[in-house]
Amino acid sequence: MCSVAMLSVLRSDSYAELSQYRDQHFRGNRYDQERLLKKSCTLYVGNLSFYTTEEQIYELFGKSGDIKKIIMGLDKVKKTACGFCFVEYYSRGDAENAMRYINGTRLDDRIIRTDWDAGFKEGRQYGRGRSGGQVRDEYRQDYDAGRGGYGKVVQPQ
Amino acid sequence: EERLESLICRVGEKSTSSLESNLEGLAGVLEADLPNYKSKILRILCTVARLLPEKLTVYTTLVGLLNARNYNFGGEFVEAMIRQLKECLKANMYNEAVYLVRFLSDLVNCHVIAAPSMVAMFENFVSVTQEEDVPQVRCDWYVFAFLSSLPWVGKELYEKKDAEMDRILSQTESYLKRRQKIHVPMLQVWSADKPHPQEEYLDCLWAQIQKLKKDRWQERHILRPYLAFDSILCEALQHNLPPFTPPPHTEDSVYPMPRVIFRMFDYTDDPEGPVMPGSHSVERFVIEENLHCIIKSHWKERKTCAAQLLSYPGNNKIPLNYHIVEVVFAELFQLPVPPHIEVMYTTLLIELCKLQPGSLPQVLAQATEMLYMRLDTMNTTCIDRFMNWFSHHLSNFQFRWSWEDWSDCLTHDLDKPKPKFVREVLEKCMRLSYHQRIIDIVPATFSVLSPANPSCIYKYGDESNKSLPGYTVALCLTIAIKNKTSNDEIFGILKDVPNPNQDDDDDEGFTFNPLKIEVFVQTLLHLAAKSFSHSFSALAKFHEVFKTLAESDEGKLHVLRVVYEVWKNHPQMIAVLVDKMIRTQIVDCAAVANWIFSPELAHDFTRFYIWEILHSTIRKMNKHVVKIQKELEETKARLARQHKRRDSDDDDDDDDRSSDREDGPLEEQIERLQEKVESAQSEQKNLFLVIFQRFIMILTEHLVRCETGGIDVITPWYKNCIERLQQIFLQHHQIIQQYMLTLENLLFTAELDHHILAVFQQFCALQA
Repeated sequence: MCSVAMLSVLRSDSYAELSQYRDQHFRGNRYDQERLLKKSCTLYVGNLSFYTTEEQIYELFGKSGDIKKIIMGLDKVKKTACGFCFVEYYSRGDAENAMRYINGTRLDDRIIRTDWDAGFKEGRQYGRGRSGGQVRDEYRQDYDAGRGGYGKVVQPQ
Repeated sequence: EERLESLICRVGEKSTSSLESNLEGLAGVLEADLPNYKSKILRILCTVARLLPEKLTVYTTLVGLLNARNYNFGGEFVEAMIRQLKECLKANMYNEAVYLVRFLSDLVNCHVIAAPSMVAMFENFVSVTQEEDVPQVRCDWYVFAFLSSLPWVGKELYEKKDAEMDRILSQTESYLKRRQKIHVPMLQVWSADKPHPQEEYLDCLWAQIQKLKKDRWQERHILRPYLAFDSILCEALQHNLPPFTPPPHTEDSVYPMPRVIFRMFDYTDDPEGPVMPGSHSVERFVIEENLHCIIKSHWKERKTCAAQLLSYPGNNKIPLNYHIVEVVFAELFQLPVPPHIEVMYTTLLIELCKLQPGSLPQVLAQATEMLYMRLDTMNTTCIDRFMNWFSHHLSNFQFRWSWEDWSDCLTHDLDKPKPKFVREVLEKCMRLSYHQRIIDIVPATFSVLSPANPSCIYKYGDESNKSLPGYTVALCLTIAIKNKTSNDEIFGILKDVPNPNQDDDDDEGFTFNPLKIEVFVQTLLHLAAKSFSHSFSALAKFHEVFKTLAESDEGKLHVLRVVYEVWKNHPQMIAVLVDKMIRTQIVDCAAVANWIFSPELAHDFTRFYIWEILHSTIRKMNKHVVKIQKELEETKARLARQHKRRDSDDDDDDDDRSSDREDGPLEEQIERLQEKVESAQSEQKNLFLVIFQRFIMILTEHLVRCETGGIDVITPWYKNCIERLQQIFLQHHQIIQQYMLTLENLLFTAELDHHILAVFQQFCALQA
């Protein structure tokens, strides 16, 4: 009775659910990937400024729990920050709270986005765009001072 | 059936039809479904009664309509509710039990339950106050359950049974007069009663009920859909509640802790808008209860939560924005701990601002201003939370704030609450951005409060320092580390460092040598200063050297001292390094506790980051114990399952030796884990004892000094320190409860200064 009977209206936890995104480079089948995502303690964090530091990320994400590790995303060529990172917590509950309360808020004046990650593997800290940064910075048309200015496709050769 | 659950849960939400017609329609549907789904419907209705208290009157009306159509169903529902109530009480779910009691009492208004039987239940509730040798918090709960139902049902009960009600109320009054309130100072957000008294929750509720009684139980705020159905409902037959005996007190009973009601607004704060109900009006109570319930229901869904709060009915008759802001801050500042994680409130307030951009930000700014004005009497823990919230909030709004409005704080001593608050806010803002940003956002006059540039201080850095002992070794070490030398070579280089503590040649080289530690730690941290990741790599790579140098207790303390010397301008770095060193067992929790109370840190003792580190350390210790306990439980469960499997298999397998052999490894594991648990628990207890001991020492020193010097005890430092001691008790009260005897007999004895003893006594009063 008491501890188990929950109403679906109160079970709703949309911020902590899996998104539609699936890493296409994941080694394994969809089922394995989802299984890992559902018990992961690691979050992907996107739309960071290139200048956002590890310290700032620690401070913000530390508000939902103790951080185990942060891995900054790097440009594959330049080996400098290229606007994303991974945040790993010791407990899933802390990661869920980050999804509920830190996702969609600001860091360095930018709305950042968090999503579940199946777990860091060597190589995943690099951008996958042709120029070395993230794919999104290859093709975007707008000017973003915090992410190297115009997208690579717009920049002069 | 999900359909039924969805229909029932959704009634009362925004709809094209009126609430009354929705309820009528739903009652018809459910009545038709009763033959096939009765137990399902009963279960769902009992659950919404318990978990959706903000919609209480919607569901009591629904039950009333069902009872009018089907008397037996009404009776079964009441029985199911009583069963659920008993189970909740036995399971220590007292907060939910209150909602059940309230639901039952509102069923009187819906003609489901006969008023006299409800009065009889309340008689039994309040007679708990006559029980002997029970904790006060037990009696408190029964009184609270009774009083907090009266806004809904007081009128009806008084009309039917005024003499009995007067008797119960008078019994309540005499209990409230004689109960002790030692716990109150520990739970107040402000120690001052101006402008709003911070009342004990039962005192406040009693005043509200008194006023309600004086107003002849007229209550106009609660939405009562059943009034529209009066003609139907009064035809219904009522049920009598069975006589209810409160379950007896047991050793396992854990009652809710007392509370202090947080008040920051009154009607003068919004002169243009609707009048805010007074602090002793029952409307105030009902509004606050409902808003708290909404947050409790929707805390995981910030947008829904904000929307539900803002669509609370009656929002043109009450200054809803003010109520919401007050309720949110009440939770954020609640002592001992907020009901939900702190960051939730920050994000919730941002969502509320998004939904009401024309009005809510102004109320929030007004609230911030008020909180700032009253910092002098605010509890230190609450100041922390205010500071954390404000800095995080600002970081979402480009740090825009009218700092000049607060320039009065510049005229005070820097250790006074207002300038201290601004300093801590600016430091936290810097952590979320960067140093130059903070310099840019504050007026030049505020530079005295600006945080230091978080740079590393390397004592062997300059050529001018070459006379320092260890300088040459430091240079040598720097080159070696840059050349990626092995740990053995590092030890070799360090061997050359003389030990200022020893005269003879101790060739083992591994006893406590502060200079060796200094040279190594300074050099390494300086080389790894670039980022947290660099420093963590350094700790990992040279872990063996660290472990060896910090083997003794003095060694551990000295490592911490050197970390502080190098990074005193970057408290965040100190915190993450200490965290890593504990996790990699370079230092232990007790060493960190001793370091925090050491004379070297006295200058920073009142700074927030110190307490961040201490509480983080205690948390790690607690989590460690829990983790090993869980491992032990899991291994025991595995053994039990193994036994069960064996028992259910071949019964004629009498070979005891083979079963023992199977059990062997698991049993060994259990024994080892048992030892591990005991050792962890002992380390945990030791940590708390060390902390309490150091507090007592440092506070006694201060008190003696003040006494002999004839100066006032209450300095800003003292207020901070004594409230930090309180914070230890409050934040970890469940664990500390285990140590009560030790604390009473060993540390918090009668000889202690009464200032310090009072904190312990207040803590004991929380569960007394």
